[in-house]
Amino acid sequence: MRNPVRTEAEAFTFVIAVLALCAGVAVAFILAGRWIALIVFAALGPVVFYRYFRSDPKVVEPAIWDHDRGTGRHRILVVANETVVGRALREEVVRRAREGDAEILVVTPALNTRLRHWTSDEDGARAAAQDRLDESLAALAADEVEARGRVGDDDPIQAIDDSLRVFGADEIVISTHPPGRSNWLERGVVERAGEKFDIPITHVVVDLEREADASRSA
Amino acid sequence: MSAHAESHGPPVANRSSRVDSRLLGIYFFIASEVMLFGSFFSAYFFARVAIPHDKWPPDPYELPVYLALLNTIILVSSSFTMHWALQSIKRNNRQGLIAGLAITFGLGLTFLLIQAREYTRIGFSPHDLAFGSTFFGLTGLHGCHVFIGLTLLLIALVRAIRGHYGPSPHDHLGVEIPGIYWHFVDVMWIVVYTTVYVL
Repeated sequence: MRNPVRTEAEAFTFVIAVLALCAGVAVAFILAGRWIALIVFAALGPVVFYRYFRSDPKVVEPAIWDHDRGTGRHRILVVANETVVGRALREEVVRRAREGDAEILVVTPALNTRLRHWTSDEDGARAAAQDRLDESLAALAADEVEARGRVGDDDPIQAIDDSLRVFGADEIVISTHPPGRSNWLERGVVERAGEKFDIPITHVVVDLEREADASRSA
Repeated sequence: MSAHAESHGPPVANRSSRVDSRLLGIYFFIASEVMLFGSFFSAYFFARVAIPHDKWPPDPYELPVYLALLNTIILVSSSFTMHWALQSIKRNNRQGLIAGLAITFGLGLTFLLIQAREYTRIGFSPHDLAFGSTFFGLTGLHGCHVFIGLTLLLIALVRAIRGHYGPSPHDHLGVEIPGIYWHFVDVMWIVVYTTVYVL
């Protein structure tokens, strides 16, 4: 959901939305009188505000609370949930870490059911995400890659947005299940992240079933 | 010894919020302002609905709708110039920033002067019925907010002339936050104009 006071640009867009609504009401009043104007307001108001709050800003403003930049190291933000323990993702992160002096933050969104989300019952989801994160960080440490980790919001886009506020990443790596099995791909997470964040994004597909089969046969 | 050398100044503050504290401040401030305006709007609509009148405004009073429309155009234009000012500094265009802030300040001041002129010629006072009280309460409250916004803009303008601010997000927060406030004041006026003068 858009926040009309997040930045000046967002506030300006909100001014335009309110102006459009009130102009419509004023025109209705002039043409048809007070009661029609009230009906127009009642009908048009929810539409304008719904469209405003549900839309994504086309021009992404840099977060003005992004205060954690400037260490000089290349920063990679890795976002993954179940696939955070996948071999393909680990190999990709290790390869990038060895290419240069990179700082890595791994974020695992705490996936939750909608009911538990709305009742704020997220302890279990966060604990499960933390377990996967710990396993992933341990595997990276075994490959001599230093990485930090955090559990994020259950919405991956929100988790990225939150993380960028404290970790000014130079690029983002998003890991998903293969097409057809990935809820994130179905929701267009990678495309939406590309539109929302002005940072290079790499999509890594991790097939956990194939990796498990391969490890069993090996 | 080295530990002693590193102990200058207070410890780094614990930031439990993910939002910059200054931005969080303006969030809370605007939230409280919305509630304040809400209470004045409630009083206005109560007076309008609960007190029987054949017409609104009640006879023999008239509101200067077209003068207020001119004021609305002036204030809405100032939102555009405010946005232009901030976009300019994001592109490292200092002249654009100064010009944008100066024009915004000029438009805001014009709005306030026209409103003051309107008050002296309007033909009724806050003592005249609940209508007069709520009209002056609501528009006067908004005028106070324009004055606060102008003060913030003046500070930002002086700082801009003295060479402050830069294209990085951290370096123009002093323009960004007054900008958010100014747009809030603008939105409030659009609602005030539509409800008080038009409807």
